[in-house]
Amino acid sequence: MRRQGSRWAGSWIAIVTMVGSVAACRGEQAPMAMAATGSAPSAGSGAEAPGAPPPASWPLPGRNAQAWRYSPLAQITADNVKNLKVAWTFSTGTARGFEGQPLVVDSTMYVVSPYPNHVFALDLTRTGGPVKWDYLPPTEPASQGEACCDVVNRGASYADGKVVFNRLDNHTVALDAKTGKVAWDIKLDSIEEGSTMTMAPLIAGNVVLVGNSGAELGVKGWAAGIDLSSGKLLWKAYSTGPDSVVKIGPDFKPYYPQYKGKDLGVSTWPPDQWKLGGGTVWGWITYDPELDLLYYGTANPGVWNPDMRPGDNLWSAGVFARDPKTGNARWAYQFTPHDSWDYDGVNENIPVDLQMNGQVRKVLVHFDRNGFAYTIDRATGQVLVAQPYQSLNWATGVDPQTGKPVRVPSKETHQGVNTTDICPSSTGARDQQPAAFSPRTGLFYTPSTDLCMDYKGLKASYIAGTPYLGADVRMYAGPGGWNGRGQLVAWNAATGKRVWAITERFPVWSGPVVTGSDVLFYGTMDGWFKALNARTGQELWKFKVGSGIVGNPITYQGPDGKQYVAVYSGIGGWLGAIALGLSASDPTAALGATGAMPDLPKYTAPGGMLYVFALP
Amino acid sequence: MTAIVVRLAMLAGAAVVSAAATPNGAAALPAPRALRVCADPNNMPFSDSAGHGFENRIASLIARDLHERVQYTWWAQRRGFVRNTLGAQRCDVVIGIIAGDEQLATTKPYYRSTYVFVTRRSSGLRFASMDDPRLHHVRIGIHVIGDDYNSLPPGVALAGRGIVRNVVGYSIYGNYAKASPPSELIAAVAQGKVDVAIAWGPLAGYYAARSRVPLEVSPVGNAMAGHGIPFSYAIAMGVRKGDTTLLGVLQRELDRRRAAIRRILRDYRVPLGDEDGTGAQASIGSDRPRGAVAPHTASGAGGTTP
Repeated sequence: MRRQGSRWAGSWIAIVTMVGSVAACRGEQAPMAMAATGSAPSAGSGAEAPGAPPPASWPLPGRNAQAWRYSPLAQITADNVKNLKVAWTFSTGTARGFEGQPLVVDSTMYVVSPYPNHVFALDLTRTGGPVKWDYLPPTEPASQGEACCDVVNRGASYADGKVVFNRLDNHTVALDAKTGKVAWDIKLDSIEEGSTMTMAPLIAGNVVLVGNSGAELGVKGWAAGIDLSSGKLLWKAYSTGPDSVVKIGPDFKPYYPQYKGKDLGVSTWPPDQWKLGGGTVWGWITYDPELDLLYYGTANPGVWNPDMRPGDNLWSAGVFARDPKTGNARWAYQFTPHDSWDYDGVNENIPVDLQMNGQVRKVLVHFDRNGFAYTIDRATGQVLVAQPYQSLNWATGVDPQTGKPVRVPSKETHQGVNTTDICPSSTGARDQQPAAFSPRTGLFYTPSTDLCMDYKGLKASYIAGTPYLGADVRMYAGPGGWNGRGQLVAWNAATGKRVWAITERFPVWSGPVVTGSDVLFYGTMDGWFKALNARTGQELWKFKVGSGIVGNPITYQGPDGKQYVAVYSGIGGWLGAIALGLSASDPTAALGATGAMPDLPKYTAPGGMLYVFALP
Repeated sequence: MTAIVVRLAMLAGAAVVSAAATPNGAAALPAPRALRVCADPNNMPFSDSAGHGFENRIASLIARDLHERVQYTWWAQRRGFVRNTLGAQRCDVVIGIIAGDEQLATTKPYYRSTYVFVTRRSSGLRFASMDDPRLHHVRIGIHVIGDDYNSLPPGVALAGRGIVRNVVGYSIYGNYAKASPPSELIAAVAQGKVDVAIAWGPLAGYYAARSRVPLEVSPVGNAMAGHGIPFSYAIAMGVRKGDTTLLGVLQRELDRRRAAIRRILRDYRVPLGDEDGTGAQASIGSDRPRGAVAPHTASGAGGTTP
């Protein structure tokens, strides 16, 4: 790597522009052979990750604790997937953004809806998946007013006979998987101060790991560990503040020198600003049983105006490695120091072992909102590879020696200054929609967004006591054009290169699943559910569901021995919110993102359905 | 106000709460037409669900003239307020909004106020200008907003002068379980947590007057003090674009009731400038000639508000 990073970033944008527009001329879904020179890591073994669940099941959000979103099931193949048919469907009664995924354990499927967070257990032993039990929690209606970007919920986790999920109003709840009765319920924060919970808990051993949302309201971000058996809080670690609340102690051994020092979560901010520090934890948490470490990203720093918070603003927009039992931090790395663009670092960090330069390296792979894909040593926090996976121009690269991005001054946002053509936009080259990893192909498959933005330096201002007048940021199609605002990218994380990419009209807001027969499934915001050859990107099958897809498909084996594929259909979320009836003329809607999606309502309307597919 | 009331008021799905509930079985007389007002139930001194705010009083004044009752749709004034209330046709008028806001149609401004400095009288500190060099050294409290691509004028003006290390941000949203969350900033001055707050005049004037610790309120001198960001704003009523009939009715009322409205605003210690002023000075405490500014010493004996 060394300094190659900076050269790459510059030329990368040109390549994306050129190929993207070619693809647009040819029409959608033209697989793009790009930068294919990088050889795939010598994975190919197809071995599952340590601690993988039974092949038939999908008990955690990303199936395994490493969030590979890989299943070894292989009945549905590249040859027969063209025969895939709808097996059954289920309407949740909630027509909002369905960003999560169902779970399947012991012939039961578990579904969590967006607010009001209605939970259903569906009986897979019976035709059509009738309801075994359901649980409608008393989620505070006022919590809807606090959520920035639709009232989503990203699903549950299962372990030890319990289904654990988060309510929008900051409760983590464990239900008895057999009966649906509440086993325990713990309230972790308050909506009155702007905090909500939208993420899916991750269960690692006997610890339930959760975090909060709401950085746009200036709340303090935290992650917490809860005892799975009792529901007691084990620890809570904040993303800003003194080491004592960040849970940085003698075990903390970060790789880069800028993270060494006392109370950096205070000293990298103006006095007291860390108290409104943001750094919420609303993405997917992962866990590596080999090193016994959990990993999660932190959101943007609080207080929008970057000029008001000089400094790196630790530990916002970065990743923590922690001991799941104590919460003590082991290392940290910051993707975007002093974030000026709303580039949250919350996207998942996927533990894999990769062949790199003849060595097996234990790494994390992370596709950041800032447009760089990072391959990081997961024991130490050292950046091994950081290359753009989508168009970006705010930095020319990441220096692996220092771990710092090489920023482009003209793309920094400042108060009173109009900054144009910043890529990616605040919605990021990717948001929470997760990537998948196949141990067979050795490739990562990441959804992506190709939008750019103009930041207008403060025209209207908000004053106390009057209605909020809104954001002055304009988002629009990136180099890929209006017909190419999203891509599904196949990525070689050992070399930091694209292998192929599929271009979509709208941002790809659905995290794929990849199978033991090298078939990949994902959905589009305009409602197409698609199967691709995971090696070539060739489209094999597609089906139009009722409402746009912003959720993540899963696959499982039913009690009848057949392989099924399931996905939510329900447009919404940040970029999908416009299809829920927000006016494109209202600049406050969805943090200014609606301008990037004016045509979405012509393609889809709200819904809230589960679709399950199988071979005849 | 109990937390329950507040939470009810923040109800997003079914936010319409009528202040004019009909008695049981009373169906004899046709209900008067309603002036349907979109308002925050926990936003003193502007409005609250008990009707104590000056916007409540102005709404009642106009509704009486029109022989209408006031029907409130309560919604916390955070992001999406206009979209979820006026925009969703749940109500028809916002009593106070920056004049000329493009999201809706606004009347001519009916008052103008300004950002002010708030200090403890005992401190002897007085400020009149953002360029006062002492602002580099004292502890300054301001309202801030989270990640929303936006800032409030004082933060912009201070950061533009390199004044950040001695600035304490208070969330403009605050803790909604407490009464009037943004008023925490004024309390911070009284409690000595900060030496000076730079706050929006109506909020500062009202809470400074009610403070047990005597506070001084003085306007931020030059209206464009912060890097092109105005410090004084004209406030109007807002209706949905195209609702010209209601806009005309409200404009006639505002013209006719100008004196009564000014009296209400003065009762609440709103620092007032000329509503049709072009951004010059705001005067405090009384209808002074345009441009005249005098520091106003808030009475420690409590306000004159109901």
